[in-house]
Amino acid sequence: MGQIEIITANTAAAIAAKLCRVQVISAYPITPQTPVTEELAAMVESGDLKAEYITVESEHSALASVVAASQVGARVFTATSANGLLYMHEMLHWAAGSRVPIVMACVNRGVGAPWTILNDQQDTIAQRDTGWIQMYCRNSQEVIDTMIQAYRIAEQIQIPIMVCYDGFILSHASTPVDVPFQDEVDRFLPSLEDRSGIDGKTPMNVNPLILSDPRPDANGVLMPGYMEFRYRLQQDILGSLEAIQSVDSEFQDTFGRSWGGSVWGYHMDDAEHAIVSMGSLASECTVAVDQLRSEGIKAGVVGVRVYRPFPSSQIVELLSGVRTATFFEKDVSYGYQGALAMDAKAAMYESKSRPEISSYVVGLGGRDVRPEQLAEATLKCVKGPVQHCWLNVSG
Amino acid sequence: MKSHQSYEIIWHGRGGQGAVTAAKMFTEAAYYAGFKGVSAKPTYFSERRGAPVSIHTRISPEPIRTFSNVLFPDIAVVLDDNLLEMVNVTANIKTGGLIVINSSKSAYDLELRGRFTVAISDAYHCSEAAGLIIEGNVLVSTSILGPLVAATNFVGLDNVQKAIQHKFKGKSLERNLKAMELAFEKTTIVELDNMSAVAQG
Repeated sequence: MGQIEIITANTAAAIAAKLCRVQVISAYPITPQTPVTEELAAMVESGDLKAEYITVESEHSALASVVAASQVGARVFTATSANGLLYMHEMLHWAAGSRVPIVMACVNRGVGAPWTILNDQQDTIAQRDTGWIQMYCRNSQEVIDTMIQAYRIAEQIQIPIMVCYDGFILSHASTPVDVPFQDEVDRFLPSLEDRSGIDGKTPMNVNPLILSDPRPDANGVLMPGYMEFRYRLQQDILGSLEAIQSVDSEFQDTFGRSWGGSVWGYHMDDAEHAIVSMGSLASECTVAVDQLRSEGIKAGVVGVRVYRPFPSSQIVELLSGVRTATFFEKDVSYGYQGALAMDAKAAMYESKSRPEISSYVVGLGGRDVRPEQLAEATLKCVKGPVQHCWLNVSG
Repeated sequence: MKSHQSYEIIWHGRGGQGAVTAAKMFTEAAYYAGFKGVSAKPTYFSERRGAPVSIHTRISPEPIRTFSNVLFPDIAVVLDDNLLEMVNVTANIKTGGLIVINSSKSAYDLELRGRFTVAISDAYHCSEAAGLIIEGNVLVSTSILGPLVAATNFVGLDNVQKAIQHKFKGKSLERNLKAMELAFEKTTIVELDNMSAVAQG
């Protein structure tokens, strides 16, 4: 039990970075992430946080700076949104390929053009193939807790993590948050062990050009080729689901809160109809389920907390028993469907008992999504599948 | 209004006027009053100084799980009576709800119609009297809480004072408390039975 404070998700993320004793921060301000950078800059300025704050001219440089700092063994933090995240795209691949344990707060915002500063999840979904772990938070408490968990997971498996939360909806909304005490965080997250091998005395070339096949280095040691490096990344990110689960369990032992690891359920025990979603939208879906249950429909929510690695076996297990599954998401793979629905359908192919699957795209560019709309849309799918429908849009 | 209920409040102000600060302090006060779920979400369409802004607040005995906009508020708080001409603040208010207005005018002069309670206080002049002026701007973010707490019973004056004490220090705290307390004392509460505030106004 920590101290309850009424704060925004942005403040929660900034406080979490401080509690995790980050040593190097580099970030470029962009709405709605800006308050994270301002609050951390103020903490560094006042001396409350002993860290190096590197000001940069762009998001590309922000991520390049923390990649470099992480490579020499520092615990690092950055944050961004929307077009800022897109500008980082090259360095996202670089960070994952370099196996640096960066934690980045991604404050989800719609992508221009046309310009919007308001929320959807197109920005992070568009980065799903970069080799980063992506975790989506349903409220500000989950933001602060997931940030702390993320450093543990990232440093254990040496893969960077995006902690994603919805812009304005969470980033600027004030709610009560239990802020953990520093000594408890220190026990849960020990200081980062330097695995860089860089001692400042022996010059070395980090990330040299690599050939396709393994070959001996100058000392005659057989070194992996490009594909071996990338295979290890894939094996380790797939294997990280276990680490994510165990870190969440350990977090519960220390702080008394669990967020379900990679997937959580709401009223799924006896559910006949599942609603599947991510982020604050999944929280909204729990209210829709309350409404549906009051109308006699046995509905439940499957909340996808970790989108990459994709927790396919957990999702298959939860959806195998239901009659229908309705997906709501704030993203679309243009020319096909919503990314979450696509991935889950592919996962369900392996299952013998498949529910009827419907999918909706909702809330792009900040369009308000209300629980009663979600309940009504789910009810339609209970009667018969709805294929890739955009909710509340005038054609 | 009873404390085991949930409340939805919409705040209307102008960018830079302090509506966000007011909403945050009131939700904090509600948390002190025992509501486990409180939220204050600003809606940004235009962040320009002086443009109309709204903040959507929920207060509930249980943690808040919905972050959608408040469409049918129990309470509407209006920080600037000029906004009544631009924004239809009474449109979706629940029957028997409450409208809180910073105004030197009466409910009759403001031409309000409907079945709701109106709480009016001249928060602007209360802040001015308390010396709550920064760079020539009179701040109403705390004084507007005066009529709000005077017309409701689920948060209480003591919890609002506590929230203000958490936010401000020294001289600034004194002025903010004085402004809120003045506006609390000078609140006029009128029950509109249906059409308009004819007699009481």
